[in-house]
Amino acid sequence: MNDFTRRKFLKAGVAVTAAGATLSYGSFAIGGSNKKVVIVGGGIGGATAAKYIRMMDSSVDVTLIEANKSYYTCFLSNEVLSGERTLDSIKFGYSGLAKHGVKVVNDVVTGIDADKRMVKTAGGDSFSYDRCIVAPGVDFKWEAIDGYDAKIAENTPHAWKAGTQTATLRKQLKAMKDGGTFVMVPPTNPFRCPPGPYERVAQIAHYFKHNKPKSSIIILDPKKKFSKFGLFNAGWARHYGYDPKNPTAAGMIKWVNSEAGGIVDSYDAATKTVSADAGNFKGDVVNIIPPQKAGKIAFIAGLTNDKGWCPINGKTFESTIHKNIHVVGDSCVAAPMPKSGYAANSEAKVCAAAVVALLQGGSAPTPAYVNTCYSIIAPGDAISVAMVYSYDESAGKIIKVKGSGGLTPGKFDAVLREREHQYTYSWFNNITSDTFN
Amino acid sequence: MKRNTLLQAALLTCGLSLSAASVAGGASGAMLAYTCAGCHGTNGVSTGPAGPSIAGFDYDYLVDSMHQFKAGERRSTIMTRIAKGYTDADIEAMSKFFADQKYILAAQEYDKAAAKRGGKLHKKYCNNCHEDAGTLQDPDEDTGMLGGQWRPYLSYTFADYQAGEREMGKKMKKKFKSMHKKAGDKGIADLLEFYASQK
Ligand SMILES: Cc1cc2nc3c(=O)[nH]c(=O)nc-3n(C[C@H](O)[C@H](O)[C@H](O)COP(=O)(O)OP(=O)(O)OC[C@H]3O[C@@H](n4cnc5c(N)ncnc54)[C@H](O)[C@@H]3O)c2cc1C
Ligand code: HEC
Ligand code: HEC
Repeated sequence: MNDFTRRKFLKAGVAVTAAGATLSYGSFAIGGSNKKVVIVGGGIGGATAAKYIRMMDSSVDVTLIEANKSYYTCFLSNEVLSGERTLDSIKFGYSGLAKHGVKVVNDVVTGIDADKRMVKTAGGDSFSYDRCIVAPGVDFKWEAIDGYDAKIAENTPHAWKAGTQTATLRKQLKAMKDGGTFVMVPPTNPFRCPPGPYERVAQIAHYFKHNKPKSSIIILDPKKKFSKFGLFNAGWARHYGYDPKNPTAAGMIKWVNSEAGGIVDSYDAATKTVSADAGNFKGDVVNIIPPQKAGKIAFIAGLTNDKGWCPINGKTFESTIHKNIHVVGDSCVAAPMPKSGYAANSEAKVCAAAVVALLQGGSAPTPAYVNTCYSIIAPGDAISVAMVYSYDESAGKIIKVKGSGGLTPGKFDAVLREREHQYTYSWFNNITSDTFN
Repeated sequence: MKRNTLLQAALLTCGLSLSAASVAGGASGAMLAYTCAGCHGTNGVSTGPAGPSIAGFDYDYLVDSMHQFKAGERRSTIMTRIAKGYTDADIEAMSKFFADQKYILAAQEYDKAAAKRGGKLHKKYCNNCHEDAGTLQDPDEDTGMLGGQWRPYLSYTFADYQAGEREMGKKMKKKFKSMHKKAGDKGIADLLEFYASQK
């Protein structure tokens, strides 16, 4: 093929993406070597990006490097804690991605050389790329709470990455005596899944109510408010015994906020005692969720800002620090989008479309994003938050679309709450299948 | 050269669709549709067990549905909140995308005897507009899919119709009433089994 035709052909490829063809469009890399994308981390963001790049342009050579053989979703892991589902039901493998032609490598990435465009792994391999997508999720600020570190967390789990720690926490809750105390320490903002700790409280209260009704839950919170605040307050009160007007009063759930002395400074693992402004709290089971920052590899690769997160261009998710490296999911700064699985999945598709267009020599298409988070308060009572986002070209920012989104109405509607509960499970099946299959 | 002709053809089609996208100005239908997949499945094929598939639906039905949700005219848990985020052009673009996908019937368990009874009711009262057990989109009718759609979604929809939370067309209302008069709520349960039995 002569150069002229080839150039036109490549241009045509760009048009396809811009116009939004989704299905594999055959090979565009005629006469040249295939473009290479290396993806670091096969969680929600990384796996979605891998699949969608292959769907958009099957000529792109996609390698996904993931530390673990299987992935446990954080979402619905709170139902594992309450015994409503098994750990196996939140486990996913990588064979689905292989079917899309993604090369899945089981290894830990130890370095990314932005100049040489090279990814290095603990196993000693190197992978060169034209564009790299980094999606390592979160890491913890272990220094935040004295006496709490990665080692202690094996027995006093955060369970904020699902898997072994989810199983440990479930085991401890099961072994706890009726009348015991569960102490939870949620993190400061921003963190993965803003409604997550409060859904966890509801799920554990649900388990206690039906199995250990004399038990209680104490939340030592460094914040004054949290996600879906009114809905959780009303839900806890409706099902479990909680007084929103007097949150530290008697009732199964007591919420000690920052003003009431909820700020925690240390933990004594030997006595399972949490030390907060309001005093010492001894738990039979303790769950500390430390403050968070971008995944470790993002720091090693120099992709983080002074707050510990990765700044990106919201249209392409390309790092504003290193060219040709994109960051999606919890690690990136996509505010006003929250750090959620739905957001990671949505960001990954915008990123995939941009990466494909840029590799083809075009420019990134106009993005569209959505976030939704469901929380199950009790059987037949689930709530959600949703938002539609767009990209503001002139401000160079992701923005909420005015008038869209919002919360489940506060006025309790049993019919719709039951539907939301069923739709939560549908969302779970669809997003995991959209990500891994 | 044969290959070149093919390439030129590709160029032409692609060029056309690009301009179509830029006239609209906003995000492409595919880009918008990607955001729905977390709840409706990749390309609109829902893996269930409750939320509806929307792949391969009639274009006008999709556009109408989105407008009904946006206006709050149709009862919904979440679609009104989602639909409010889109312009008319967005809705048209995403609807075109989903209308172009292939409808895939969901495999579900069902009660054989009830499905058989439901099939008779469907044939008598519904098949005129919902052809092929409600798996065919008649371009004149804009009806939505029944056969192979996830049962919980359909059962919620029946509940909404009955409660007057979603409006039926005049003619469907008449048939629905006759069906209900004859077979009662059990008729609805049987219809649900029939739709679930479609493969
Ligand atoms: C209890 C709980 C409930 C939640 N509920 C919801 C919910 O209902 N809805 C919702 O939308 N979100 C929910 N979330 C949030 C959601 O799980 C995260 O936002 C989402 O997983 C973020 O995706 P990610 O790709 O950024 O990170 P992850 O999904 O964590 O993926 C990161 C991956 O990268 C891998 N990795 C990291 N570093 C390396 C390396 N150096 N080399 C190789 N691999 C590496 C990790 O092993 C991991 O598989 C919840 C979270 C929690 C904790
Ligand atoms: C958070 C989950 C969620 C997202 C995101 C979502 N939907 Fe829905 N959709 C639902 C649910 C649930 C219903 C059932 C109605 C309800 O309760 O809201 C539904 C119903 C529908 C229906 C009606 C189906 C029928 O048979 O009549 C259409 C059409 C639809 N959605 C289109 C879309 C489109 C297009 C998008 C993306 C722009 C989208 N949805 C995004 C959850 C979602
Ligand atoms: C005269 C034509 C007609 C007849 C007869 C008819 N329908 Fe419909 N049906 C429609 C149309 C048009 C729509 C879409 C209208 C709307 O937006 O609500 C529809 C929508 C539906 C839907 C909603 C689909 C969805 O995806 O949400 C259901 C369920 C349904 N019909 C069931 C039935 C049943 C059961 C019968 C027989 C008792 C029946 N219909 C008879 C025309 C008809």
